[in-house]
Amino acid sequence: MEITYIQAINQALHEEMHRDENVFVMGEDVGELGGAFKATEGLLAAFGEERVIDTPIAEALIVGAGVGAAVLGMRPVVEMQFADFISCAFDQIVNMAATLRYRHGGRASCPMVIRAPSGAGVHGALFHSQNPEAWFTRVPGLKVVAPATVYDAKGLLKAAVRDDDPVIYFEHKRLYRSLKDDIPEGDFVVPIGVAELRQEGEELSIITYGGALNQCLDAARIVAKEDGLSVEVLDLRTLLPLDREAVLKTARKTGKVLVVHEDRLTGGFGGEVAALIAEHAFEDLDAPVRRLAALDAHTAFSPPLEEYILPNTNKIVDAIRSLAAY
Amino acid sequence: MPEAQTKTEAGAVAHRVEYELQLYNWMKLIRAFEERVSRLHRQNKIFGGVYSGAGQEAICTGICAPLQPGDFVAPLHRDLGVFLVRGVEPGRLMAQLMGKETGLSRGKDSFLHGGDLERGVFGSTSMLGSSLPVAVGAALKFRMKRENHIAVAFFGEGASSRGDVHEAMNFAGVRKLPVLFVCENNRYAYSTPLEKQMAIEDVADRAAAYGFAGHTVSGNDLLAVFDLTERVTRRIRAGGGPELIECKTYRFHGHSEHDAALYRDKDELVQWESRDPIPLYEFYLEKRGHDIKRIREEADARTHEILQAAVEFAEQSPYPKPEEALEDLYASPPAAGRRQAR
Ligand SMILES: Cc1ncc(C[n+]2csc(CCOP(=O)(O)OP(=O)(O)O)c2C)c(N)n1
Ligand SMILES: [Mg+2]
Repeated sequence: MEITYIQAINQALHEEMHRDENVFVMGEDVGELGGAFKATEGLLAAFGEERVIDTPIAEALIVGAGVGAAVLGMRPVVEMQFADFISCAFDQIVNMAATLRYRHGGRASCPMVIRAPSGAGVHGALFHSQNPEAWFTRVPGLKVVAPATVYDAKGLLKAAVRDDDPVIYFEHKRLYRSLKDDIPEGDFVVPIGVAELRQEGEELSIITYGGALNQCLDAARIVAKEDGLSVEVLDLRTLLPLDREAVLKTARKTGKVLVVHEDRLTGGFGGEVAALIAEHAFEDLDAPVRRLAALDAHTAFSPPLEEYILPNTNKIVDAIRSLAAY
Repeated sequence: MPEAQTKTEAGAVAHRVEYELQLYNWMKLIRAFEERVSRLHRQNKIFGGVYSGAGQEAICTGICAPLQPGDFVAPLHRDLGVFLVRGVEPGRLMAQLMGKETGLSRGKDSFLHGGDLERGVFGSTSMLGSSLPVAVGAALKFRMKRENHIAVAFFGEGASSRGDVHEAMNFAGVRKLPVLFVCENNRYAYSTPLEKQMAIEDVADRAAAYGFAGHTVSGNDLLAVFDLTERVTRRIRAGGGPELIECKTYRFHGHSEHDAALYRDKDELVQWESRDPIPLYEFYLEKRGHDIKRIREEADARTHEILQAAVEFAEQSPYPKPEEALEDLYASPPAAGRRQAR
């Protein structure tokens, strides 16, 4: 049956809560409202108030309480109403959750998922558009995933719930209802830490993740048709831990790499990918690694500003062409 | 509000009468502005999140009217009225909501995140409650520079659950800083009802724990809010330390214009609609001997005119140029060579 990206998330939550009674959800408006985006719709009716917990507006509490339950063996899936507000829980994530196993000498774990609706392109402006993944991808002890397809939305969330480490799950708001796919019913997981080749190609590789994947695929189709260019597209799916082999493999294969993400350029995750390639695949490169990302500005509200700041299909097409011509 | 002290008793009375009508005009303007914004949002002329303050106009009006130029006010996300009562031009406010160059943030951010510091209105972020520590810092400056101003921080009962709110109130209490904390308790944080947010009924009760006074007042009763604020701000200005006013009120619309608010009880909404601050105040004016029909018509005509002009100004204003996206980031922008290429 064809379902949307947000329905895939909802299904994963339903199924995981059925499968394991230690799984519970917690966050602002997740109960009767079913979440600001309806990701948790129906959970309250199915599992009751004990396992579907509406909290006050208190992100540090939401994550911190998640840690407390997780360390005693529960599997909380906590929700940030928008990924932008994850900053309010920063300490609990990067200090409390991320170091928990380490400081207990490997004798404790924190099996928690933090769901974070992220991404721009919906006129969300400064505080409802953010892609804060790079604040977390440098924190050992955390795992960071960013599904770009309906299938992965479900499979990665299930994997995250079953994982024994804290996983931040960035779900892109623009994909919620725009992405639809016919995915297999029932149980499957997408392993954390494994990238996926979305399209094979010979002349150039795009490495991307999350909300930018479909723009990259569109751009690849355009240059295939108009320029006869054969572009490979690698979807990272998990940022931390990074699938280094997949990154290096595609870089070595085509010798030209364009890294694309919707987060900002400076300090963005693309820098890590580019550095990895420069360090380990330099000899195989035919051009410097190129990055395309949001400009180093906040995601402004006014349409011409927002458009100027964010990457889009046309900008990706231009970047492919200039890299191909190098 | 005209500051001048009137010399004679009759003068004072006339002054008060005129002032009370001004309060009415403000409430009417806020309501009309709110309703116009909602309409423009339905017509897709205003996009992004729109959070209506309809039903809560008496709070913005009653709190801000007694304030003085130079006071620092940090509104919450529904407080369009704060901008209007503080004297922000309606056209610029409308342009802000449309993402235009002439808006408060020159298109950078949406809705109420753009401030107007010339009028003492601080632009907040979306992160609820995070303006309270900032207001405390403003009060600290007033204290250090011996300025007779006060800082006012608005927050929802929902925001009161955040740590920032606790941190701000605690320090303001310790230092007896000139801060007025204003809680707009509309009984819901998005869909979450009061009883799921806190185990007490009155946010004002918490003030005692920080060592200052907390008051509750009907936030739909303009006179009550206004009179209390006058008294409280006089004390704060005189060095008495922070105080908290909790205004009991209700959101007439959904959380945002996207929200049908199906989680609320219809009867509850009807009950609160019957406590609409505007007819309530009209009743008072009538008791005062005014010809309310005439006053209402005049106010309607005036607000209509102001809004037409504001919408026209905003619609005719240009959007910012794309390259402006990289402006306003720094006071001293990086040298040309270091700027990002595009
Ligand atoms: C830190 C933070 N968490 C979550 C949100 C999302 N959010 C925006 S408004 C809102 C409800 C606010 O309730 P309240 O403070 O009572 O103000 P009201 O909307 O009722 O006026 C929520 C949860 C936010 N803006 N900031
Ligand atoms: Mg509220």
